[in-house]
Amino acid sequence: MSEQPLFKVTIDNITVEVPAGTTILNAARKIGGDVAPPAMCYYSKLEGSGGKCRTCLVEVSKGSEKDPRPMPKLVASCRTTVMDGMEVKNITSDRVIDARNGVVEFLLINHPLDCPVCDQAGECHLQDLSYDHGKAGTRFEFQRRTFKKHDLGDKIQLHMTRCILCYRCVFTADQLTGKREHGVLDRGDHAEIATFIEKNLDNEFIGNVIDVCPVGALTDKTFRFKNRVWFLKPVDAHRDCPTCSGKVTLWNRGDEVYRVTARKDQWGEVEDWICNTCRFDKKQTSDWVIEGPRLIDRHSVIAQGHYAGTVGTNKPKETFKAVHAGRQPKLLMDIHSVSEVNQPNITLSQLDRPAHSTDFKQNKD
Amino acid sequence: MGVKLLLDKAHVPGIRFFETYRKEGGYKAVEKALKQMNPASIVEEVKKSGVRGRGGAGFPAGMKWSFIAKPEGVPRHLVCNADESEPGTFKDRYLMEFLPHLLIEGLIISSFALGSNDTYIYIRGEYAWIVDILEQAIDEAHANGFLGKNILGTGFDCNIYVQRGAGAYICGEETALIESLEGKRGNPRIKPPFPAIEGLWKRPTVVNNVETLAAVVPIINMGGDEYAKIGVGRSTGTKLISACGNINKPGVYEIDMTISVEEFLYSDEYCGGIANGKRLKACIPGGSSVPILPANLLLKTAKGETRLMNYESLSDGGFASGSMMGSGGFIVLDEDQCIVKNTYTLARFYRHESCGQCSPCREGTGWMEKILKNIDTGKGKMSDIDLLWDIQRKIEGNTICPLGDAAAWPVAAAIRHFRDEFEWHVNHPEEAQKRNYGLAHYADPIHVPA
Repeated sequence: MSEQPLFKVTIDNITVEVPAGTTILNAARKIGGDVAPPAMCYYSKLEGSGGKCRTCLVEVSKGSEKDPRPMPKLVASCRTTVMDGMEVKNITSDRVIDARNGVVEFLLINHPLDCPVCDQAGECHLQDLSYDHGKAGTRFEFQRRTFKKHDLGDKIQLHMTRCILCYRCVFTADQLTGKREHGVLDRGDHAEIATFIEKNLDNEFIGNVIDVCPVGALTDKTFRFKNRVWFLKPVDAHRDCPTCSGKVTLWNRGDEVYRVTARKDQWGEVEDWICNTCRFDKKQTSDWVIEGPRLIDRHSVIAQGHYAGTVGTNKPKETFKAVHAGRQPKLLMDIHSVSEVNQPNITLSQLDRPAHSTDFKQNKD
Repeated sequence: MGVKLLLDKAHVPGIRFFETYRKEGGYKAVEKALKQMNPASIVEEVKKSGVRGRGGAGFPAGMKWSFIAKPEGVPRHLVCNADESEPGTFKDRYLMEFLPHLLIEGLIISSFALGSNDTYIYIRGEYAWIVDILEQAIDEAHANGFLGKNILGTGFDCNIYVQRGAGAYICGEETALIESLEGKRGNPRIKPPFPAIEGLWKRPTVVNNVETLAAVVPIINMGGDEYAKIGVGRSTGTKLISACGNINKPGVYEIDMTISVEEFLYSDEYCGGIANGKRLKACIPGGSSVPILPANLLLKTAKGETRLMNYESLSDGGFASGSMMGSGGFIVLDEDQCIVKNTYTLARFYRHESCGQCSPCREGTGWMEKILKNIDTGKGKMSDIDLLWDIQRKIEGNTICPLGDAAAWPVAAAIRHFRDEFEWHVNHPEEAQKRNYGLAHYADPIHVPA
């Protein structure tokens, strides 16, 4: 590669150098942590994705070194490329937070809030997003939009009621498979993902649409309602697969393999696409070579407990104050620091009596 | 009598056909442009004329033309946006129905200026009969050597194709139009890249409104400088206004943008006053998506100046006390019209026409419609009005294309100027079903902070 110019971009008062052509979102992901805007529709591996959900809106307070004018509107960070000397405000901008809260509210008004019975709960991006930005109550007082469930073949179920129309599965099917498999029918808030007149999705790699779905609209019928994801232990494994890389994550309980998914990185994106055979048919431990535990940081519920904080080493530490500009963000993972009860440094087995609430008080005197 | 540049021959019998149009001086501009001028000088003339895009945004057409990328060996395209779907706007329909050759002439000149050998007219699907008119006109132009290979012996080839849309308002947005023209679902693209760099089939493309392209003909005939002398300030040339609603003489009028709104509304030459001797309550001056204005703010700006029918004057005062020229759909509401019902109707339209690609517009338009329906049918709550305001605020500016803004502005303006009518609907649910709130105090000037 020849000399590629590096652009300096400042996001939430943290400066990072990225090659020309990088989007603001990817620059922010390079910084990591809370600086990275949430993305419900953008998927770095899918060409043309992004720009639709509007959760990644950021404020560009300085266009570039040459043209320092700010951009008048909030821009979708996943589709806006950086300029040299650009200054971006994400969580330090009240406008962005306000707009993002609005987008989350819009995404939720027609989304069924039945996470307890949804198969995606625990690894749902919308669930995470609404923890961070959603309100406790809804202002939407009407009936929610509903659809019938559809089976797209014998392995995948589509429940449009939960869909947020991110188009990821459409791009996946278009770009991974040879022919166009499905698309979007209708318009506006009655638009739906559909195959051509209820045809099945039939392709060796089509199972990946389950992995890219940010919500519970596309689910694996071989796993659906068999178990909750936070009860399962994710382990990395591989096998010699003739069609795909064979690098997967197994979700085990005891010795039993409940499901097989592709490996996802800290942004919830698939590292290597896997084929349907690996995903749906190889559910014996003997099919796989186990590599070790899979570390998960991105998702709310499955990341609780001992998985927390093991991935995502590029979080900004030294500039925490600068990032938040004095605000205290709601951090889902920091439950231990605010709870008086759930103190991890107290070992109950060392007590010679039933535990009392005073045992958990940090300052006992 | 104002200057007429586009519709001056509209009433000549048989002007729809090539022979009459030619006899009346048609296609002279093509001869002048192709034989005496070069593409750069045509673009220069259009720039000098200061003609602004007539489709709604009002972006200077010459400027748009000069942005087109010219990579070596890549064809460029001109697309004529005839997907006129804005409620209240029907000027392009009139132009294409009566003067198809004017559009064809403008298209040939513009294609020459931009270097487009394949030019497309993307026409609204509902204008089915106009497709036949245009295709007949194109055939006649072909037969007379104004289209096809080697036009007038200049070596310039140009073909014009008419493509019908399938009835989606969103396909009037230029990138959605391009997607639809490519045979895809009409979802607006994310900009940048703008069509001038990467448009139809990833080639540099210019998309212009019918009226803008038709205006190229008088610009070439009279010269850009002469054209710029008509009108006021940056509103040069003439503009077609399609007037409708509670007026005596609805129709398409050509104005030279120097007349006042009051004159346009009340003079017999134009709208002829409010129908049935009623009083003016409100007006949407530029097609359904621009903010509605109450009577007092329509005739005079907040500063007390007379409001003129041009881009600057109509938007004077910003959205707090002004509106927009938009696409020239002049919708007049008399004292019998209900603003809540009117707003509900518009919200229903935008809900139906939202493409569903980005979340604020997809979900927000539906939500606004539901709330407005509740208020209109007497089930509203006082908090709903504030909620509506909050929803429109969160849609505006946060969407991919301007449809989100277009859906938000009418609701915002209705609440801004007619909040007490909404409140009256909430407080008197039964009475609101029987009678209209009426004029109230809207004829009185409201105080607008400077």
